[in-house]
This record gives sequence, structure tokens and C-alpha cells, in this order.
Amino acid sequence: MKFLYAAYTATWIIHISYLAFVLRRYIRLRNKIQELNQK
Amino acid sequence: MLRRAFPILGVLTAALLSYGLYEALIGAPIEQSMGEVQRIFYYHAPSAWTAFLLFTVNFVASVVYLIRRSIKADILALVTAEVGVVFCTVVLVTGPLWARPVWGIWWTWDIRLTSTLVLWLIYVSYLMLRRFSSSGQTPLMAAVLAVFGALDVPLVYFSIWFFRTQHPQPVIGGGGSIDPKMLQVALINWAAFLCFAGLVSWSRYRLELLQREVEETEALEALLDSGGAP
Repeated sequence: MKFLYAAYTATWIIHISYLAFVLRRYIRLRNKIQELNQK
Repeated sequence: MLRRAFPILGVLTAALLSYGLYEALIGAPIEQSMGEVQRIFYYHAPSAWTAFLLFTVNFVASVVYLIRRSIKADILALVTAEVGVVFCTVVLVTGPLWARPVWGIWWTWDIRLTSTLVLWLIYVSYLMLRRFSSSGQTPLMAAVLAVFGALDVPLVYFSIWFFRTQHPQPVIGGGGSIDPKMLQVALINWAAFLCFAGLVSWSRYRLELLQREVEETEALEALLDSGGAP
């Protein structure tokens, strides 16, 4: 059972990590757009 | 249109993923010889099918880029490679976790496993090239790499037909047999992963498009600041 749970947990850790990467890029880009608008 | 439908599609995808998870862990019958650990199949195989599909889209987009030099095709190629690598990583992580209790080993250098690892390495190289190369020819070089890289996709899929391997036969279009309920659960999870991959790819596509617009604006601004405007 531990291998089963490990596989499912690992899958979601991988997907959530990628979503966090995309979200971080989005926040960085939003800040850059705000900076450009202020200029 | 798609922007307005995004939250609805997001909720539907979450519901489908939850239903797929429930069916995989509780609804599907227990396999006789492997027991509970066989349930890893419901995430392992659909993740592989999703990765293959994404790499195929990457191949088509790369060919379109090579022919038309379309920026949208270039972005689509980048995004599908990125999301494809994520799903391929899931395959390479869940595979050994399934192999250890069933085969008694984490990894073996057989054709299916090795070609999958090579596939992952090719697309990681593709992403590294795109990330770290500052040449104006990067999209062109990446597209050529993607076209050659895509040759590994059929090799991975058909390797278990043509070579002796420890890996089980394919359940779709191959010699392997599977309980209809198990196949149904696998297909539900595949549908859920496809929706999830579609939504993530679409978000990433929009983000990349916006990123390039911002970079263009910054470059133009720098040019104007330096007094280099024509």
C-alpha cells in the first residue's frame, strides 16, 4: 500500500510544483507589466 | 470565449480528476496477482498516453514553425514540450514505484524503460536549449531538435511489440488484456489528465504570449531611451 500512496502523492507533488512554477512566472510578469505602466 | 469558459472548465476538470481518483483507489476491482499496488496503473499509463499526445502536438507545431515561422506555433511547441515533460516525469516516477513491489527492482535497462528515459532527456534538453540559449536562431534549433526527438515517441510505444521486454504489453491496440472495468477507469483518468493538460497548456500559452509582448515593449522602450529610434 505504501508504494501505491507514494505513487499517487508523487504524481500530485509533480503537478502542483509545475502549477506553482507557472503561477510564479505569472506573478513576476504581472509585476513587470505594472512597472511598465508606471513609467 | 475560452477565457470566459475557463473557470467552468476548471471546475469540470477538478470534478473529473476527483472522480478518476475515487475510481482508481476504490471503484476499480483489485487485480488478482499484484493486488492493490496495480492501482498505480490508473495514473501511470494515462500519464504516458498524455505525454505521448503532447509530444506529438509539439512535433506538429515544430513542423508548422519550420514551414511558416509562426510565433504561435513556436509557443505551442514550447508549451506542449513543458507540459509533456511534466507528465513524462510522472511516468518515470510512478513506474519504479510500481516495479519495486512487483518485479523486486526499481529499474531495469530494458528497451521500454530506457527509451522512455531517453524521451524525457530529449525534451528536457529541448527546454534547456530554449531557456539558456540567447541566439535568435533558438526557436529554429529547438524545432529541429523537436522533430528528431519525436522519433522516439513511436519507438517507446512500439518497443514492447518488437523487443523482448519486462514491461507488460499495451492495453490499447496491443496484445495485453484487461478487465473492462479497469480499462474504463484508466480511460476516465486519461480524459481527466487530457482536460488538465489542456487547461494548463492553455494558461501557459497565454502567459508565454503575454511574456513575449512585454519583452517586445521593453526592447522598444530601451531603443527609444537610447535615442536609437528611426
